Amino acid sequence: MATTSLIDGLTCPVPFASTDRIQLGHGSGGKMSATLFRERILPHFDNPALAVLGDAAVFRVPATELAISTDSFVVSPLEFPGGNIGSLAVHGTLNDLAMMGARPFCLTAGFVLEEGLPFDQLDRIVAAMAAAARRADVPIVAGDTKVVERGKADGLYINTTGVGVLHVGARPGPRGARVGDAILVSGPIGRHGMAIMATRESTGFETGIESDSASLWPVVAPLLNQLGPAIHVLRDPTRGGVASALNEIAQAAGVGIELEESSLPIPAAVQAGCEMLGLDPLYVANEGILVAMVPETCATAALKCLRADPLGAEAAVIGRVVDDHRGFVVLHTSMGGTRIVDMLPGDQLPRIC
Amino acid sequence: MKYLSEYRDPTLARALIGRIRQTASRRWTLMEVCGGQTHTIVKQGLDELLGEAIEMIHGPGCPVCVTPLEQIDRALALAAKPEVIFTSFGDMLRVPGSACDLLQVRARGGQVRVVYSPLDAVALARKNPDREVVFFAVGFETTAPANAMAVWRAAQLGLRNFSMLVSHVTVPPAMTAILDAPDNRVQGFLAAGHVCTVMGWTEYEPIAARYRVPIIVTGFEPLDILEGIYLAVRQLEAGRYEVENQYVRSVRREGTVPARSLVERVFHLVDRQWRGIGTIPMSGLALREEFVAFDAERRFGLSGIRASEPTECRAGEVLRGLLKPLECPMFGNRCTPEHPLGAPMVSSEGACAAYFNYGRMRQRQHAEV
Repeated sequence: MATTSLIDGLTCPVPFASTDRIQLGHGSGGKMSATLFRERILPHFDNPALAVLGDAAVFRVPATELAISTDSFVVSPLEFPGGNIGSLAVHGTLNDLAMMGARPFCLTAGFVLEEGLPFDQLDRIVAAMAAAARRADVPIVAGDTKVVERGKADGLYINTTGVGVLHVGARPGPRGARVGDAILVSGPIGRHGMAIMATRESTGFETGIESDSASLWPVVAPLLNQLGPAIHVLRDPTRGGVASALNEIAQAAGVGIELEESSLPIPAAVQAGCEMLGLDPLYVANEGILVAMVPETCATAALKCLRADPLGAEAAVIGRVVDDHRGFVVLHTSMGGTRIVDMLPGDQLPRIC
Repeated sequence: MKYLSEYRDPTLARALIGRIRQTASRRWTLMEVCGGQTHTIVKQGLDELLGEAIEMIHGPGCPVCVTPLEQIDRALALAAKPEVIFTSFGDMLRVPGSACDLLQVRARGGQVRVVYSPLDAVALARKNPDREVVFFAVGFETTAPANAMAVWRAAQLGLRNFSMLVSHVTVPPAMTAILDAPDNRVQGFLAAGHVCTVMGWTEYEPIAARYRVPIIVTGFEPLDILEGIYLAVRQLEAGRYEVENQYVRSVRREGTVPARSLVERVFHLVDRQWRGIGTIPMSGLALREEFVAFDAERRFGLSGIRASEPTECRAGEVLRGLLKPLECPMFGNRCTPEHPLGAPMVSSEGACAAYFNYGRMRQRQHAEV
């Protein structure tokens, strides 16, 4: 690979295009921008709607209700065990749609790239993004790239917007929680946040934990098909973890929530990592599990349905919706005591000792 | 899981609670010294399970809570300096100073970073020779060896851009201050297991003898604490007052000698102000003259910074065990984790935060009764 000497840079008025990193010129709208898109983005996402390269994607929609959701991804580090910001950006938005009972239909992607971002890293991220979209059978039909000066972004940011087709006959939502509902999670708690923390922080311990980042539609679709309107609530407990998601639901629906500590599926490595850092796994982020609330009588069917997919193999009933302490989440400890599981005022902060 | 689930066994916990109740012929008042123990008690609802048999008073063993306001203000002043990278354990970031906290300083452009070990701060200083890296050295004897090691290492490396804002405190003088107070109610102590892992328990033997109080070196898991309580009650009922070691898997009588030696090599005892309690003679650690080049207070000339506590915060009474968080008129209304008046509401080990996060149900139940 040719190297750019300082002298070349000074004598040549056009940025030296043959490089292994993002430069400001890649955001100029000129040839470098076009090359970046044509060579490094488009091949990964290729589909008819995108290939037109118009100012907007054009597609037919089924005659039904649509859901639309947008999310921006700013994770550090950009790559982590079990995924990277690209796969996360796809799964995150797909899951927001799925939690509304919407089958993901198409996605858009907006990139903010920092000057200096190595191409090979961009390639890995875009490839993971494309693979995630392909696996979910959802095309990325429109997109945008911008470049900002070095120091103005953390490598890259991605925004994705997703359009989904609402399932007929089910309207899960946080207000749908009813007294008597059983509360289920589809898998082990705390893996994404702990994978990120173990990579990011100079904790000096290796957890072997991978992020759970995954599209949840494969477990949501059978749930909706089998149980329909009995699915009162679906929620992906991302930032703030299971605890924050349940608090939001308790407040939105005006119900009380009871959890059984002994029923929470917390992997041993997550528990150990949390003990070391002084964190509570209930507040650690997840990117590939959901919380579902269904009438007690449907709990077994829902559990069976979740467990039928590898993604939901470790699904569990973790609590119930009650008529007591409305707006509060209360945990029954394994010791037999009780405590409130509250919203956090901000991020969880690691403890001194 | 090893070393975790075994110490959280509900059946054994119930058995221990039964034995405590059977043994106690009256209600005894015990203090758990360490904030980590307070959290286990409230988080697991142990105080609820013990019922009337035992009253637990939550001690001053939360390093975040007892770090004086002045020292927080000094940290804030340092963190705001453009040439400084200010490093700290995570839970110091939200502790309110006179005007703001470290998170706010960071939002305004200050370089504030969370580290898990003071040695990470030393590494940061090596990596950033053009910046001043300051570490906020707070804590009891538990964190002192690692902090001493950081100074030792910085000296070995000849680093000129590393320093520490030291606010170290030691446990035994605080226990005697509590026992000397005319309004003291504490009849026995659960000593902090991790402090004793470093220091051993020889320092506690004269205290137990002089004040005739049982002192049980106790761990942090639910079964540790219940066993510690049981051992204390057994001594009280028998009229004994000795130091007894519950935390045998971690603590030896002489402690961890290399760690102690390093602490003594780098630090020496000084009078220290405790937030909410006042100055306790010879209760703090400061850098020895030999290492004074690493003292951030001197390097940056911070001794001029003075502060006074907000008068409505009654943290001092909470830290001395005279007031339960739920009894404070400010609790939950004027003072919450989002808008704390004092440090015990901020730190995850603070008694007020523990009650706020885990215990408000009981407040509700009290109100309903």
